Amino acid sequence: MKVLNSLLKVVNVILMGVLVLIFALPFVWMVSTSLKTLPETMIFPPEWIPAAPQWQNFMQAWNSGPFLHYFMNSVMISAGILLLQMITIIPAAYAFARFEFKGSGILFGLVMVTLMIPSQLIFLPVYLELSSWNLLNTHLGLILPFASSAFGIFLLRQSFKQVPNELIEAARLDKAKEWKIMIKLMIPMARPALITFGLFSFISHWNDYFWPLVMTTNETARTLPLGIAKIRETEGLTTWNVLMAGNLILVVPILIIFFFAQRSIIKAFVYNGVK
Amino acid sequence: MMSSTSSIWHKLRPYGMVTPALAVFGVFFIYPIFYMIYLSVFDWNFVSPTKDYVGLQNFSALLSDDEFRQVILNTTIYTVSTVLLTLSISLLLALWLNRSGAFYGFVQGAIFSPHIISLVSISLLWSWLMDPEYGLLNWVISLFGFGPLEWLSHPDTSLMSLILVAVWKGIGFNTLVFIAGLQSIPQSIYEAAALDRSKPWRTFMRLTLPMLSPTLFFLAIMSMIGSFQVFETIAIMTQGGPVNSTNTLVYYIYQYGFRFFKIGYASAAGVILLVIVGILTLIYFRLLSKKVHYR
Repeated sequence: MKVLNSLLKVVNVILMGVLVLIFALPFVWMVSTSLKTLPETMIFPPEWIPAAPQWQNFMQAWNSGPFLHYFMNSVMISAGILLLQMITIIPAAYAFARFEFKGSGILFGLVMVTLMIPSQLIFLPVYLELSSWNLLNTHLGLILPFASSAFGIFLLRQSFKQVPNELIEAARLDKAKEWKIMIKLMIPMARPALITFGLFSFISHWNDYFWPLVMTTNETARTLPLGIAKIRETEGLTTWNVLMAGNLILVVPILIIFFFAQRSIIKAFVYNGVK
Repeated sequence: MMSSTSSIWHKLRPYGMVTPALAVFGVFFIYPIFYMIYLSVFDWNFVSPTKDYVGLQNFSALLSDDEFRQVILNTTIYTVSTVLLTLSISLLLALWLNRSGAFYGFVQGAIFSPHIISLVSISLLWSWLMDPEYGLLNWVISLFGFGPLEWLSHPDTSLMSLILVAVWKGIGFNTLVFIAGLQSIPQSIYEAAALDRSKPWRTFMRLTLPMLSPTLFFLAIMSMIGSFQVFETIAIMTQGGPVNSTNTLVYYIYQYGFRFFKIGYASAAGVILLVIVGILTLIYFRLLSKKVHYR
């Protein structure tokens, strides 16, 4: 019985190793390829460690387009969206959590409907809308459609609701103004939810390819994911080494964030979704 | 005593607080939906100053178009396979990995990592892995005596290859949500079942699965809606080809709107997608209120 148990334990560990390989090996392969010469990418069986790391692949990828520009656009757009979202969702979530007002049920239902309907469904009319306001190819045009977030309101409302009533009553007795209660009392109490939402929002807009592709026709407001996808056109379809180097430029910032904030990120994406 | 102006202010205050957010939803969500429905009954090429009213002609043209029927079929196959595979594999993994400790935490983190990586990166990476001549995947399956496969470049395997990528990307997130669901089941119920000498399979079917059903339905509807809007992998890996074998709804709408400038026609396809998503959402809430076990 003891032997069987320890055998099972070994099998368990081996199977988990295989599982990790299935998810990690593609990324290892990406890193390995990004440091290879072009002939090295065609050798089979593959060499996992390149003979001489080709760091210039990264320079070649970076110089294949205005990458500093793409990078700055990505930062500005993701940060701009996050800032506007915070400004719009905090008061809305506070009102939905703490005030009783006529029509609040219907209005919150409206928020939930936008949560269920995917934004990719309506890109065509939004495009025409932005076009008629001359907002195509502008930062503002990429930011405004996401200036609020139904998911954020939903998440924040939950955590505002959990703040004990006594705390608010005590503050009101002290004649604290309502906006002061919101900023000085509620926001610190809801910090975990705010960080969670911040990570969620920043990562998903940093990664987004669809909206910048659809809403821009020239380079002025294009972002990093579009620049990376374009390397294939400028460097050729089979220069996998340069492509993977470019790919790493996009992946590494997110992986670094993930490494340091793994727990909060997983919480941000998973646990709050089901509550 | 409160003055009357301040009591009006108190009544209006919550409306003022929700206005900015609702304004954004109104302008960029609600209004576009109606605008799309409006556009779907016109023939318009975006540059022409006039829109020609054509009634339901766009819809009848869509439904009699073989290419569009293929797109609906592709989208259905893609969605059903992706959702079924992702959910069943994730549930198995969740039952297996639902343990605490640094080692299990590491494994959970590893399988979750594709979820936060941009779909652009994932698509490029898998295009390389699936390269018919120099891709790693053909080498790996050759070790087991299979292949070589053409993956993305043959209509028989292209859709399957996209499903594989979607399942690979989605498993980690779904597994962790399942684990969260498993952990919220009270331990005392299991102890009672153990006292009754309930067999593991029976405990799973009679206890775990019903208790997990809200999570299961949440994930099913989320992955279904997510699969219906697949775009990036198609745009980067296949462009809908070869011979239309991987074209799906959102990509089709994109093609007709932005390449062929048939705005009315593309909007009609958008309305059809809207109806499908709407029905799915309704089914979800119906099931949730009737069949699903609540804690």
